[in-house]
Amino acid sequence: MSTIETKPDGLIDRRTFVDHLVANRSDDLCIVAGLGSPCYDLKAAGDHPLNFYLYGAMGGAVPMAMGLAAAQPEKRVMALTGDGEVLMGLTGLAAAGAEGLENLIVIVLDNERYGETGQQTTHTARGVNLAQTAIGLGYRAIRDIKTPDEAAELHDWIKTVQGPACAVVKISAEAAGMALPPQDGVYLKHRFRERLLGVQPR
Amino acid sequence: MTDQAQADAWRDAIFDAFQDAGIAQVAYVPDAGHKRLIERTHAANGMRAMSVATEEDAVACLAGAWLGGQKGALLMQSSGVGNTINMLSLAKTCQFPLPMFITMRGEWGEFNSWQMQMGETTQAHLELSGVKCYRCETPEDVAETVRVAIDQAYNGNCQTAVLLAQKLVGTKKFSDGGLGDNKK
Repeated sequence: MSTIETKPDGLIDRRTFVDHLVANRSDDLCIVAGLGSPCYDLKAAGDHPLNFYLYGAMGGAVPMAMGLAAAQPEKRVMALTGDGEVLMGLTGLAAAGAEGLENLIVIVLDNERYGETGQQTTHTARGVNLAQTAIGLGYRAIRDIKTPDEAAELHDWIKTVQGPACAVVKISAEAAGMALPPQDGVYLKHRFRERLLGVQPR
Repeated sequence: MTDQAQADAWRDAIFDAFQDAGIAQVAYVPDAGHKRLIERTHAANGMRAMSVATEEDAVACLAGAWLGGQKGALLMQSSGVGNTINMLSLAKTCQFPLPMFITMRGEWGEFNSWQMQMGETTQAHLELSGVKCYRCETPEDVAETVRVAIDQAYNGNCQTAVLLAQKLVGTKKFSDGGLGDNKK
């Protein structure tokens, strides 16, 4: 397991954080990653059949994880997403809070930027606080993470926390480089279902 | 059969088709025309009604359901179709089965001019997004059409929609509290 580093701006390095978060994972954990850098971070940490990467469908990671968590109450289901994606899909964040799924965990990598489109600032750079938002949306467990030590606790937290849970992790806006996962959505779907359900594509 | 009994019967036929097909998650944004069906879904064993605040979240939710091995169905009003368009790319690109059941506004006897635009373009929007559409105009059409739409979506890993015509659903009026023919 790697050490969570900080960038020159003093903020958490996204890549080593996600690597630490999912280190030594088991098949109990399913992850839906929101488009852009969360996908690259998750791929860099190690591809896995129970990773589903969104290359589009912005705003969809949390509601997709919600449907998955409802279908698989014995698994832990994580939406790994960014502040830009969550802001586009705040209704999905609300629906998942309202649904009250104990096995659902939302991790927001909050760099206060739209990383894919030229680092324009998001609302979180201008006073919107997503951890406070999660309180109001009915999440049972919330973490507002600023330091590597706090971030390191999430590795065990995601295995035990009673959801719906939401951790907002302030990360450096420094880009981490692309690590491209498979882009073929049909392939991603089939390999996920094959690992999770043991079903073959017809 | 009384008018009310007939109005209930085709809605119950949709519910029966859901049960027979093993639909486990019904994601919806409410519509008066779907009121009875939503209530039956909430009350049903083995079926989870997923309330969302906007229709694209239902599309994503049901993709997740299928990833987790559960069949789903989406209930919405025609105005909601406009909210789904980018998220339908998730279903299309990944070939997630998605049957949708849409109560139409903006056509037969519509009183609200603001409903006309989306109602008149609903089917075209869906077809441009690659969704196979079937219309139901009479109560007798409903049961078979719903079954076809579910089977086609799940056998073909594709997206289907049943457009329940406003003539069938009933015309909403402000004067009766807005529930039109769906007072139950």
